[in-house]
Amino acid sequence: MTLTKASIISHVADDDMGRSKAAHVVESLLEIVKYSLQKGESVLVSGFGKFSVKGKNERRGRNPATGADLMLRGRRIVVFKTSTVLRDKINQG
Amino acid sequence: MNKSQLIEALAKAENLPVKKAEEVVNTFFGDMEEALVKGERVEIRGLGSFKVKNYDGYTGRNPKTGEMINVAPKKLPFFKVGKELKERVDIEQ
Repeated sequence: MTLTKASIISHVADDDMGRSKAAHVVESLLEIVKYSLQKGESVLVSGFGKFSVKGKNERRGRNPATGADLMLRGRRIVVFKTSTVLRDKINQG
Repeated sequence: MNKSQLIEALAKAENLPVKKAEEVVNTFFGDMEEALVKGERVEIRGLGSFKVKNYDGYTGRNPKTGEMINVAPKKLPFFKVGKELKERVDIEQ
């Protein structure tokens, strides 16, 4: 079983928030998270974890298929660190 | 950005009472947490996917004292960034 946006939206929807409004609000929440990370700002959700942006330096790499040398440019990547609270809950079972 | 700032930003963007925005944020991360605790996968389009990985135990060393210690097997969520977020974060600045 995989949890997807659709099931979260159904769970968010209730008497005073219909399903289409709930879908819109969940998209808006995701947009706020993504925009923060795009600006390079971390998003810390206590009890869940922290999303942050890390810079990677340019480095020499290799095409694994052809073996050809190539230069990988510096990049910015998203990293996620699980909160110790969630980590402990996952390891309890 | 932390959780309360996320709640405030969502309330403002969607013109929701803060209490309601808080419910949405809690449901969103609460559902993901619940799935991961059960060992289920989570896939949020645009953001990324989470999957619980099993790590074997190993014999390590306390870097301070040099003492040998057994590190127990553990489970940790692994986050793989989604295409949209990956591309948005990696824009040249």
